[in-house]
Amino acid sequence: MNDATDNLIEIRDLDYARGHRQIFKDLNITIQRGQVTAIMGPSGTGKTTLLSLITRQLWPDRGTIIVDGVNIADLSQKELYQFRRRFGMLFQNGALLTDYSVFENVAFPLREHTKLPNRLIRHIVLTKLHAVGLRGAADMMPAELSGGMSRRVALARAMVMDPYILIYDEPFVGLDPISMGVIVRLVRQMNDALGISSIIVSHDVQEVSTVADCSYLISDGRVAASGSPDELSNTSSDLVRQFMHGMADGPVAFHYSAPDYTEQLLGRDTE
Amino acid sequence: MQQTRTVELGTGLFVLLGLAALFFLTTQTTGNQSFSDGDSYEVSARFENVGTLKVRAPVSMSGVTIGRVTAIEFDSASLEAKVTFIINQEFDQIPDDSDAAIQTSGMLGSQYIGLQAGGSDTSLQQGSEIEFTQSAIVLENLISKYLFNSSGDDEDE
Amino acid sequence: MFRELYHTFIDFVRTFGALQLFFLRLLTNTPSILVRRFRLVVHQVYNAGALSLVIIMVCGFFVGGVLGLQGYSNLARFNAEDSVGAVAAMSLLKELGPVITALLFSGRAGTALASEIGLMKATDQLSAMEMMAISPLRRVLVPRFIGGVIAMPLLAAVFTAVGLFGAHVVGVSMLGIDAGAFWSQLQNIVDPADVYEGIIKSFVFGVAASLLAVWEGYNAIPTAEGVGRATTRTVVITAISILILDFMITAIAI
Repeated sequence: MNDATDNLIEIRDLDYARGHRQIFKDLNITIQRGQVTAIMGPSGTGKTTLLSLITRQLWPDRGTIIVDGVNIADLSQKELYQFRRRFGMLFQNGALLTDYSVFENVAFPLREHTKLPNRLIRHIVLTKLHAVGLRGAADMMPAELSGGMSRRVALARAMVMDPYILIYDEPFVGLDPISMGVIVRLVRQMNDALGISSIIVSHDVQEVSTVADCSYLISDGRVAASGSPDELSNTSSDLVRQFMHGMADGPVAFHYSAPDYTEQLLGRDTE
Repeated sequence: MQQTRTVELGTGLFVLLGLAALFFLTTQTTGNQSFSDGDSYEVSARFENVGTLKVRAPVSMSGVTIGRVTAIEFDSASLEAKVTFIINQEFDQIPDDSDAAIQTSGMLGSQYIGLQAGGSDTSLQQGSEIEFTQSAIVLENLISKYLFNSSGDDEDE
Repeated sequence: MFRELYHTFIDFVRTFGALQLFFLRLLTNTPSILVRRFRLVVHQVYNAGALSLVIIMVCGFFVGGVLGLQGYSNLARFNAEDSVGAVAAMSLLKELGPVITALLFSGRAGTALASEIGLMKATDQLSAMEMMAISPLRRVLVPRFIGGVIAMPLLAAVFTAVGLFGAHVVGVSMLGIDAGAFWSQLQNIVDPADVYEGIIKSFVFGVAASLLAVWEGYNAIPTAEGVGRATTRTVVITAISILILDFMITAIAI
């Protein structure tokens, strides 16, 4: 087995701009099969945009994205839909369909994509719900769920079609410590037990470091650092250190650009 | 799944109600104007002036509607208006020397063709033409005739 | 200043063009959705139609009643009170029925559609569907569009019928017009052509109202404020479009 197939996703020389903002420039990322890969960075660097590029909801201006040996730019509309079924995606706020119960939400992809009989669907849904610990909540409505519970249901839904890759978009945001611990455990468990690969987009350095095998830190549209969590916290780069250790000031300045302080106080700048 | 049943029931009722309303509107509001070409025969008549007579205007006899106007054309040969209308097949005993006049229904009403029976033994048939016609009374002509007549009287005195 | 006007005009043309393309996409998907996902469409006809029945019937009744009252006082001058039914019927069938129903529809069902879709966009439900390889256009937008198009003409018919009933109640029971005269005058004056004109209008309005509601929701800015704004715009733009279309259709018909 050659090394190339161990790379599940290869992003090469990616350029992407939205309007006047250049979001990515010469971005190079390799995501290994079977691992949990974290993509981190300050707010607004376009981490979610990167996910949209991988799933081809957006088109890059330049560069290639190869998933499992296939250049996604070559896919036809039909092939694209087949392709997307191999991803399971967990959105930031769960994105459960508000009109359906928990059970129906998890069953949704099955009902849409397969013609499985109800009995079988029920089996699968209950199994996935059990894996995330929410089998008892099957009849509740999304409005009744807490943030952590919605995300677990969303995870069950993401897994129901047995994807190759699970993508988590900011899974830890707004959760209490216990819920966070639950999600962390699930991410690792799912990845290892099901033999799939996971990508986590997050800026929560603490939690991500406990879970990720390999992390990429993105800043200014390119990869600022990459490696295992340990390698990153012992880095020599100022920017990476500021991010990993949560320092208030450093390459990302504390003060938003403003005229000279003394001048402004003394009113001299308005003369 | 109970919710689905309510939804489907509700939708069914709604659609039925809507269709019933449509049915009501199309049938109850339009009344007696359903002459199909199958059970009627075509007759024509020429008029000097058709006034405001319109296609689909009723044709009546003794006040009862027996047909409707289907076409109004200008005959450039005889310089008259030619009106074609259809009469319901069950009224096939109309004498062919009957009179056709353009009359107005009510004060603000629209104009229609009124047939007055003649005495002939032969009846109107498909393609017959009515010989005796009375044009529409144009109000302005009537008024000016009256005005000029009375002013003429004044001048004589 | 002219440059701004020019830009606004160009934006308008572009948006209008995008709207037409969107309309085309909805139309091309309509037959298959109608056949294969009929259940979804039924659900949407319920949402757009059955749930709007109350407002339509109540308003229809009172509009018909007002026509009866107004018509009576005006026709009494010509001693033509019996024609009240005819006057009410012509107004309702050709104009008030389709137009008022469309405006009410846009206010009740249109806003519901726009806000529902906008909310689904804001909470990433539409993106989630795309990620699950389910086309939001086919699953969410087209059924709602079809539901509106089916519901509108039916609602307009109900409005007009109830309106006539209202005019009848006012004319016969309140103002003492003879019931027989009411209906016979009505039937004398109303042509099938008038009824068809009303039906065609309500169908066209249904397409316009549903299209605009679905469009606004789909293009809403995915924030709470954006959804609210999209909902308001739906009502405003639908009202303007309907009245313009009404003028155009009436002009063609006459």
